[in-house]
Parts: sequence; C-alpha cells; structure tokens
Amino acid sequence: MNADLEALARPATDAAAVSVGALDHFYGDLQTVERLDLEVAAHEVVGLVGPSGCGKSTLLELLCGLQDPSAGAISVGGREEAVERLARSAYMPQRDLLFPWYSAIDNAALALLNRGASRAGARRQAAALFERFGLGGFERATPSGLSGGMRQRVAFLRTLLTGKPLLALDEPFASLDAITRGEMQEWLAGALRTNPRTVVLVSHDVEEALYLCDRVLVLSARPARVVAELRTPAPRAPDRDATVTDPAFVAAREQAMRALRRGSR
Amino acid sequence: MRRWLPPALLLALLVGAWQVATSTGAIADALSLESFLVPSPAEIASSLWENRELLAENAWVTLREMLLGILAALTVGLAFAVVMNRWRPLKDAAYPLIVASQTIPIVVIAPILVVWFGYGMAPKIAIVALICFFPVTVNALDGLRSVDPDAVKLMRSLDASRWQQFRRVEVPTALPSVFTGTKIAVVIAPIGAVFAEWAGSDSGLGHLIQSDTAYFEVARQFATIAVLAAIALALMGLVALAERRVVTWR
Repeated sequence: MNADLEALARPATDAAAVSVGALDHFYGDLQTVERLDLEVAAHEVVGLVGPSGCGKSTLLELLCGLQDPSAGAISVGGREEAVERLARSAYMPQRDLLFPWYSAIDNAALALLNRGASRAGARRQAAALFERFGLGGFERATPSGLSGGMRQRVAFLRTLLTGKPLLALDEPFASLDAITRGEMQEWLAGALRTNPRTVVLVSHDVEEALYLCDRVLVLSARPARVVAELRTPAPRAPDRDATVTDPAFVAAREQAMRALRRGSR
Repeated sequence: MRRWLPPALLLALLVGAWQVATSTGAIADALSLESFLVPSPAEIASSLWENRELLAENAWVTLREMLLGILAALTVGLAFAVVMNRWRPLKDAAYPLIVASQTIPIVVIAPILVVWFGYGMAPKIAIVALICFFPVTVNALDGLRSVDPDAVKLMRSLDASRWQQFRRVEVPTALPSVFTGTKIAVVIAPIGAVFAEWAGSDSGLGHLIQSDTAYFEVARQFATIAVLAAIALALMGLVALAERRVVTWR
C-alpha cells in the first residue's frame, strides 16, 4: 500500500509550470479574456478571483486544453498543444459531476479505468486515498448517499488520481454551506501539503483563495484582465480559523476586496 | 401492493356494473339488440375458457409478430439515434422527416406492405417495427442529447477515449429515455400487429377478431381483446422490471 501511495503522491509527469502570454479569447463577438499574462511555478498554488461571469471558468478550460485560445500562448509543463495540455491537466468542474451509475470509489478511479486499469486495480489504488482522506467506509456508497462535503472530496480525489501535474479547480466548494466549506478548505490544504501539485484555483470567494493559495490574482469583469496580484500571508496553514482572523490575512483580504471592486466597475 | 389496490377496485366495480347491466338486459334493450350481441363479463370469461386453445395459438402468432417487430425497431432505432447524435447533418436532414412521417396513418401502409411481402410474417413484423420505430428513436435521441456538456469535458480531462465517453457517460445518461421509448413501443405494438393482420392474414388475434365479426361472435371478440391487452400489459411489466434492474441509480 505504501508503494501505491507514493506512486500516487508523485505526479506521473514531472511537476509542471504554467505559462500564459498575451491571451485573448472570444465567444463569437464576446471577448471573455483580454491580453492576460500568468506564470505559475511548479507546485505553486495560484488563485484567480473575480466577479461572476468574468471568464474565470473559460480561462481554466483554456489552460486544461479543453478549448483553444483565440490568440496568445498557453503552455503547461512546457508544451503548448491542446492535447498536450490536456494530458498534463486535471480539471475539477464547478459541480461535483459524480456519475450516479458508479459508486463513490469507481467515480474517483475513473481516470485509471479510462487508461485501461482493471476495475480491481483501480479500486485498490483509490481505496488507499479514501482511507487517508476521511472517506474510509464510503467506497461503495452511491453519490446520492454522500453529503455535499463528501461528494466534493470524492470529486477532488478523482482529480488527484489522474496523476496529472496541474490541477485546475473551478470553484470546488461553491455549492457547500459556510461551515462545510471552511472544513473542506482545511481538508484541501492538508491534501495539498501531502500531495504538492501545481494548482490553479478559480473562486469568487476571496477568503478561500487567500487561505489556499500562495498567490492570488484579482481579475476584472469581462473581458478578464489581471487588476491586482497578492502574495498571501500564510498559505494552507493547518489551523484555518486562526489564519483567516490574523491581522495580516484580514489586511490582505481588504486589499483583495478593494481590487475586486475596482475591477468590477 | 397498495398501489395496485385502487385500480383493481375500480376495475372490479366497472366489471360488476357491466355484469348487472348486461344480465338484466338493460344495455341490449336500450340498443334494441339481441342479448347475445352484448355479452356479460361472465359470458366473456366462459368464452375465454372454452376457446383457450384457439386463443393461445393465435396469441402466439401475434406475440411473435410483436416481439420481432419491437426487436427490429430497437435495433434500427437505437443505431439510428446514435448515428444522428454523432453526426449532426444526418440529424438535421432526417429528424424532421421522421416526425413528419408520423402523419401517415399506419392503417394505409399495411395493405401496401401485404402487397409487397405477401401474407406471411414479414409485413406484420415490418408494420410493428414501423410503428415502434418512432418512440424508440425519438426518445433515445432525446436521452443522448441530454448528456451534460460539462460531463463530457470532465471525461476528456480524465483521459476518456471517445468510446469510453460513449459507454461510461452517454449510454447511462440515455438509458432511462431508452426505456421510456421501449415502454411506449410495447404498448403500441399490438395496434400495429392487429392492423397488419387485418390487412391480410390467416391467423393471429387481429385476424380472429376480424373473422368473428362476420359470425357475430361478440363474446369471443371481447375475450380476444382481453388476451391482447394482457399481452401488452405483461410486456410492459417486463420492460419496467428490466428498467428497475438496469437503471438502479434512479
């Protein structure tokens, strides 16, 4: 089991950096992203916050190779082609999108199954993570039998089990109530401490981004541009409650909120 | 059990009222008919028993026509839905025609098919298949089109091949609709089979009803109708059972 865990903790490809240069994107005539530049170092966690509908989700799909940009360049792990970006990025959509026809563990192990692993082998690998991430005993549960927080955990494990170096998380906890969301942020912080990955996290929750990320970029209303960049005071500290009430954190949050308001105009 | 009770009670009530109305001769008098032309439920039941061999023989003929027709509709309809879903130009061209084709009453097609294929099984299977094709295809296509685009993106990010996306997301998403279409097909299949037999045949429940008209065998006609309805209900029950077994997540 330890060998399995180590294999999972270590990305299949090398830790990947992300580089975006002068990115433009249009939906028909509607410009969603405007001359955006972004550098993410390997194993860095970067947050993108911005007003609703500002093109954050589009940006993630572009990074992951699920779409191609209208202009500009994106590279993930040094490769620019969409198919290569797709091979290096794991996308976690806004809704958990667990398939009701699979058990929790089969949902989590989908990437392994898709790559041709046997069901038993895929389950064995996923089961190790279930134990470790507080889902032990829920392997055979149906998605509808899980709480909202547990569903998000399964969805995150599904992303992690791709073994890809870049995780693109789209508002992973937006659907949860405030208390569960706080718990899940602490849980994700722990998961990333033990499984360091390059992460681009999209959120409209400034506090969530400031707590989970090394760096937060504040985006403007559509078309998305970077209006501010903040270094966070204590990324993924074990005690979330103490972190978010720390004066340095509160100051950073105020700064981010001001930038957000400025960008929304 | 509780779900079955109210309709069973209502049915018993209706049959009871019918029994009273016919055994007193009220209906026959009101219509100025001979009483044997308005059989009571008891008379129909005894006709059902007396003609059990004849009915079973003909029921087997009609059942085979229905099953083979439904099977043909499922095979062609599901394949067609998958191809239309994958290849947009075909859907744009064929879908309006499939819908428009429903304006042609199956009754008028049946005699033509008898001319072409003769009095054997073939035209019956073809007509049942034609009538079942529409609900099967349209429901399957609806099901396939209801696939969440985000789920497809997710599967691509999880390294799913096109075939795996189909098998692991599109098929399970479409299955409930496919069962809906199949249930409709099973219920309308007897209509197709009966029309097909009326257009030209020497056996089957539809043929039996038709020939009994000539001899005023009204009680046996009702008995035949009861058998036909029982077959459709049984098939419907089987499909519903299969659905509960397969679509376990609903």
